[in-house]
Amino acid sequence: MLEGLLIGLSTAFSLTNILMVIGGCLIGTFIGMLPGLGPMSIIAIMIPVAISLGDPSAALILLAGVYYGAIFGGSTSSILLNAPGVAGTVASSFDGYPMARAGKAGKALTIAAIASFAGGTIGALLLMVFAPALSSVALLFHSAEYFALMVVGLSAIAAFAGTGQVAKAILMTLLGLIMATVGEGALFNMPRFTMGVMDLQSGFSFITLAMAMFALPEALFLVMNPPKAGGNSGEGKIKDLRISRAEARQIAPVIGRQSLQGFFIGVLPGAGATIASFLGYAVERNLSTKEEQAEFGKGSVKGLAAPETANNAACTGSFVPLLTLGIPGSGTTAILLGALVALNVTPGPRLMIDEPQIFWAVIISMYIGNLILLVLNLPLIPYIAKVLEVPRNYLIPFILFFTLMGAYIGQNNATELLILVGFGFCATLLRFADYPLAPLLIGFILGSMLEDNFARSMQLYDGLGFLLERPMTLALLVLAAILVVLPSYRARRARAKADGVAEGD
Amino acid sequence: MALDRWIALIILMISLAYGYAAYFTMDGLLPPFMKFNPVWPSTFPKALSVLAILTALVIVLGLEKPAEREADAVPLWERIFGGNWQQALALLALMVAYALLLRPGGFLLSTVLFLTIGAMILGERKLHILLPVAAGAAGLVWYLVQGVLGIYLKPLPALMGG
Repeated sequence: MLEGLLIGLSTAFSLTNILMVIGGCLIGTFIGMLPGLGPMSIIAIMIPVAISLGDPSAALILLAGVYYGAIFGGSTSSILLNAPGVAGTVASSFDGYPMARAGKAGKALTIAAIASFAGGTIGALLLMVFAPALSSVALLFHSAEYFALMVVGLSAIAAFAGTGQVAKAILMTLLGLIMATVGEGALFNMPRFTMGVMDLQSGFSFITLAMAMFALPEALFLVMNPPKAGGNSGEGKIKDLRISRAEARQIAPVIGRQSLQGFFIGVLPGAGATIASFLGYAVERNLSTKEEQAEFGKGSVKGLAAPETANNAACTGSFVPLLTLGIPGSGTTAILLGALVALNVTPGPRLMIDEPQIFWAVIISMYIGNLILLVLNLPLIPYIAKVLEVPRNYLIPFILFFTLMGAYIGQNNATELLILVGFGFCATLLRFADYPLAPLLIGFILGSMLEDNFARSMQLYDGLGFLLERPMTLALLVLAAILVVLPSYRARRARAKADGVAEGD
Repeated sequence: MALDRWIALIILMISLAYGYAAYFTMDGLLPPFMKFNPVWPSTFPKALSVLAILTALVIVLGLEKPAEREADAVPLWERIFGGNWQQALALLALMVAYALLLRPGGFLLSTVLFLTIGAMILGERKLHILLPVAAGAAGLVWYLVQGVLGIYLKPLPALMGG
């Protein structure tokens, strides 16, 4: 581990990579602050840039920086405007915004920055310990287990997708898998489902799909329902960034607990920064004394520190399944996985052995990124917050233009733009109907790997025998089935109970 | 029928067509030597299509009750047509126009037009600010993509030999 650490240090501390972290954090903060644009959109837009860097470590460092920056930027707009830019920072507005209204915006931002820093740094420490351990276990896996593990991951994502409608999430996952089969597969040299269209020969481009699923609908939603926040630029004057010793003592245990809890929630597939931050808020509220509980929602420092720590720790935690198993647990890490695959790097247990510099450089860059957010971004916040004053009329055409550019640069093909607009339209409709979109993208990205592993095990065992002959595969598949069935079974039972007292169907 | 079930119906159609292709047309194209393989290119799609058809049916038939959500207090119709849906549609149309114009019109012209018209759709009227901003942005992005990223973007309209 020490050796890896040294490799990581030397890679991460090269001038380009440090610039990547700084640039990524700044860009992420900048865009993450805009209400309505989440980290997935920002990362999707940044991917063409990252890929054309050509160096996988630099690309991943840049994108990870953007990711943290976006979460941090989201907290800033939650605190200053009560308009969270990112779902993971909604909980931060509960107490952050009341603090800002009470004239303590500077203090709230400092607490947010310190909590994020601690959450991210402790998360990175945990990642350093757990990732190598997990990946040494994962090395024992064969394709059959990989296949089963991916099925488990996809089921977990579908089950936890959040809307409470598992069938929709499963359908989206399957649709993503179906879309992944379009074009030429790796194992069989024949085009499938292209309907004779030449442009589909190489399949759908993942960048286009990521933009169409996230960036475009989010921009269109901004057009259709302009956020009603804002108009209060006067009261959010940012001054006095210091916090008192008593407050520091108050938030220290919160930060400690929430770093751990957030990290482990982030590791679970499907549960990301959003769940971690809400859960962190609720847990800390229950743990506080009566007087402190009354403060929650009115500007409690604990209530701000908890979700801020938890969401950053969860972001770091979500890198564990990505880096060790090659299975993304969230939409954001799925996009990162897509970027890595585009750069010819296959994340997974071999990553740490084959390309240790990537793995360790990313971890080291997490420390640097968190430090930069604390020492560089925090003092710059009053200036960065000016981006909130850019008129919407200018902003939205530019966002749309960048999605178009991203899709075009990736493929150098104008047909790609039409595909982008078409899918973007469909994605917007799907969002209106409460279909979760992240499972679709994750299914799409995992699709070819899932099929490869499936086909390989079929060939090794000459049929479906691997399902029964490898107990671990079977156990994992049973787990996947339980994950899918359990939520709807429980909902059904709850409804059956409720039917007795309330009105029927 | 609610929008989500209509969508599920459409996805059901897609899965049926996909399943038809996987079960009945694909294997005919398979070279004979591959027929001895335990896994064919159509194996995985076959399984997927069955699963997708079943799941879509669950939604179409309403077997899984939608969870009650606060958002449903606002009717779907209102959510779609309550806001500025015309602007959203106009922007989508503009993106299509951009896609079609990009090759023949060159990058610079199309981009300036896209940014200007896009902002005007949203209600911006100050052309004396808008045009320079759009032109500056188009120039800068062109320089970044061409010069820094090294990806060729045709700057000028075809007529001007670009």
